[in-house]
Amino acid sequence: MKNELNMKISADIANDAFVRSTVAAFCLPLNPTIDRIEDIKTVVSEAFTNSVIHGYDGDSSKKVEITASLTDGELEIIVKDEGCGIANVQEAMQPFFTTKPEQERSGMGFTLMSTFMDDMKVESEVGKGTRVYMSKKIAEVNNA
Amino acid sequence: MQVKFAEYADAIVVRLDGELDEHTAAQVRQTVDVAIEMCRQRVFIFDFSKLSFMDSTGIGILLGRYKKLKSKGIEPQIYGANRQVDKILQTAGIYSIIKKTS
Repeated sequence: MKNELNMKISADIANDAFVRSTVAAFCLPLNPTIDRIEDIKTVVSEAFTNSVIHGYDGDSSKKVEITASLTDGELEIIVKDEGCGIANVQEAMQPFFTTKPEQERSGMGFTLMSTFMDDMKVESEVGKGTRVYMSKKIAEVNNA
Repeated sequence: MQVKFAEYADAIVVRLDGELDEHTAAQVRQTVDVAIEMCRQRVFIFDFSKLSFMDSTGIGILLGRYKKLKSKGIEPQIYGANRQVDKILQTAGIYSIIKKTS
């Protein structure tokens, strides 16, 4: 059985805590460990922040779409924006790479996403937007 | 997010209470920088015992503060990070430049 959450929310960084907590809460019926819940919060926060800061460059009139789905104990998360896109995804995924060093950005967002999840993939097109796909097994059996 | 600091004879302790993400970053940066500005002590401790969440925004802030502290000859230390915060700090290699204290 597939259980799905889909939300579209203003690209306002004030929504970050709500978004990460909501995706984490959506997973709770599967009784994931606290460590897994924390990992989920971290990666959602990273992806949402990227869309707000980089995708939309702080324009909160835009929207970020978050989809989370649970299938047989596996969580899939898709964070999608229709922002500026990433010219070179491979470069963007290098640890400590950032296009905004003057803002003290760590460049560790994609590194944390790929480290904390089982699978992570980025699809982006300049001028069209970015879609981050992540998945992680969070429960041994499907008790959803 | 609440940021408070306390002065001791040889250290300043800055305690972060809440969640550190892009939304709370500016406030944290501002308050911590005030503490760094007035720091005449040898050691500057980031007390994370009340920090319930941190994302990579925190890494950027720590690296920036690390540079400021080093340029003043002050030693930064990290205290009390929970498992979530600790995992981020470890993954980013922060402990190779800022030591944990107990």
